[in-house]
Amino acid sequence: MLDVAPQTEVRELTYAEAIREAMAQAMEADPRVFTFGEDIGTYGGAFGVTGDLIHRFGAERVIDTPISELGMAGVAVGAALTGMRPVLEFQFSDFSLLASEQIINQAAKIRFMFGGKASVPLVIRMPGGSGTGAAAQHSQSLEAIFAHIPGLIVLQPSTPHDAKGLLLSALDNPNPVLIFEHKLLYKVKGPVPAQAYRVPIGQAAIRREGGDVSIITTGIMAVRATAAAERLAAEGIDAEVIDLRTIRPMDVPAIVKSVKKTSRALIVYESVKTLGVGAEISAAIAESEAFDYLDAPIARLGGKEVPLPYNPVLEKASVPQEDDIFNAARALVREGHI
Amino acid sequence: MAKASLAAIPNQRPELAQLSDDQLKDAFYRMSLIRRFEEEAEQCYMKGLIHGTMHLSIGQEASAVGTCMALTPSDYITSTHRGHGHCIGKGADPKFMLAEFFGKRTGYCRGRGGSMHIADIEAGNLGANGIVGGGLPIAAGAALSIKMRKADEVVICFFGDGASNEGAFHEALNMASIWKLPVVFVCENNQYGMSMAFSRASSVANVADRAVAYSMPGVIVDGNDLPGVHSVMAQAVARARAGEGPSLVECKTYRTRGHSRSDRNLYRTKEEIEEWKARCPIERLKAELTATGRIGADVLDAITARVNDEIAAAVVFAQESEAPDPSQLAEDVYA
Ligand SMILES: Cc1ncc(C[n+]2csc(CCOP(=O)(O)OP(=O)(O)O)c2C)c(N)n1
Ligand SMILES: [Mg+2]
Repeated sequence: MLDVAPQTEVRELTYAEAIREAMAQAMEADPRVFTFGEDIGTYGGAFGVTGDLIHRFGAERVIDTPISELGMAGVAVGAALTGMRPVLEFQFSDFSLLASEQIINQAAKIRFMFGGKASVPLVIRMPGGSGTGAAAQHSQSLEAIFAHIPGLIVLQPSTPHDAKGLLLSALDNPNPVLIFEHKLLYKVKGPVPAQAYRVPIGQAAIRREGGDVSIITTGIMAVRATAAAERLAAEGIDAEVIDLRTIRPMDVPAIVKSVKKTSRALIVYESVKTLGVGAEISAAIAESEAFDYLDAPIARLGGKEVPLPYNPVLEKASVPQEDDIFNAARALVREGHI
Repeated sequence: MAKASLAAIPNQRPELAQLSDDQLKDAFYRMSLIRRFEEEAEQCYMKGLIHGTMHLSIGQEASAVGTCMALTPSDYITSTHRGHGHCIGKGADPKFMLAEFFGKRTGYCRGRGGSMHIADIEAGNLGANGIVGGGLPIAAGAALSIKMRKADEVVICFFGDGASNEGAFHEALNMASIWKLPVVFVCENNQYGMSMAFSRASSVANVADRAVAYSMPGVIVDGNDLPGVHSVMAQAVARARAGEGPSLVECKTYRTRGHSRSDRNLYRTKEEIEEWKARCPIERLKAELTATGRIGADVLDAITARVNDEIAAAVVFAQESEAPDPSQLAEDVYA
């Protein structure tokens, strides 16, 4: 199939355009690939991601569904089991909870339960995250819930480049892959190679190198932490920003390597702080050889212990913002705690 | 105003004759209030005074008001993402709704919920819902509670045509039927679930056709006809209250605005929209009331003026209300 050649022509595309380009290239290359979801046809998707795909590939491969999330996920499982490569879109990742039976009880477990004799190569794309005033049932960051489940792969791209490359990798992967896109990123532009290429699953990216503190991030927090790191540099603090990109399987070696270098770890993520992704990263550091290198306790910035509120001031206060990251990193370096 | 008796107006339909002048004036008032409320909310939204998104029910006012008219104040409703009409129909004060849209502490949900989660618990509105179909089983549960408490209330469950394809629809109607619960499932079939035409999304021509699978009455009514909606609902509510079990009522209607702000209306024609605008339920009621001589145009115009004033005052109230403080963020997570 398509192969890596990121050195070709590079354009500025939005995150949404990059995803659409990946879909188009995959559908051109592989007749097994199709996509389905609510209002992804003529409407072009709730966030405009599928756009004109219906005009390019027809209603048989770009399928509008009834509002039936549980059924849709099950249809993806059945199609994947029997030779197709479904890409399912949920309008908001919150709706994956209606489909969690098929995702968690079925898709994640079929290969194992059947002794390795079947596989479920499906992809589910869905936007998570807060910041649009969509309130408690349309703003959650649910990646930790699904990342808890063996058998699932969970991705969280933060750039247009990775959104495209990770989707193409997901389509090569023989397992169920969930991609948590971020609704605030869809219109963000970045460099994207024209050709099909892959971003490896399970590999973190270093967004900025530095020696004073490792800021380990997921999703949109990579963007906010990179901006904060530039401001920290102006204050003489040299932060390293790690973007995990894949939540499960997690790139623990990259985290450990960075923390051994900087001796300080600040973990930043949008999902609820307790019992989630940050706890896992923290434990991975504590359980590793990086523990002996720590000059300060591991620190976490995560979502507050609340459903997402509608009011924009409260909503912003519910998840880490650039200023919060800046202040926490500075405190960790200067005072040894946040 | 001419206080006409039924006898004096021989060409009245029975659905209209059933309603007193006060009921009709109140219905006209509530429908107009919903319309003005939504027009104003839309304006505030366009001006950037309200954030997030909102789903307008302009064109669907008769189903909300005609249904709620058949209820007593202690009855319950469950609502949807397109719930402003249900909320006002059940008696909400627009100023507390608008304050909610402005994210203020005086709003019905203290600025936590916004348009999509508007609830008026004291008035029996168990809440709008961001999850399509989310209210269906909740309505069945409220109805089970009524039955277990041996209370006299009923539950109205509003939902859309699109919601009828969620598994929750099937599960809720089946349980309501086997337990003979006092609930009326009211489908506001506005022909589309976002861009998806009901005819493309569903295996049946009418949502009401599905009632047979749950052994309950399935009734179709012109959802833009206030007296017609009220008459059908009054029967379904009476049946529920008498312990005879649930019904499924389908109001055929149309939303003349887009689904939400991002809608470019690519999936329907301008002609179709215009055709439905001409069937405006408010204009239609007004025409019938004046033509039959039940209520004079002067009286209705005075109601319209009152509505305009009320909404103007609501905007001021919302704007001037106190905003919540981030220190209050963690309140209300647990009881
Ligand atoms: C479970 C779920 N799936 C999808 C959505 C997105 N969504 C919101 S409203 C809507 C259309 C609902 O159609 P219908 O039930 O007919 O109600 P209408 O909007 O026409 O009033 C969709 C797809 C949602 N909010 N919840
Ligand atoms: Mg509808």
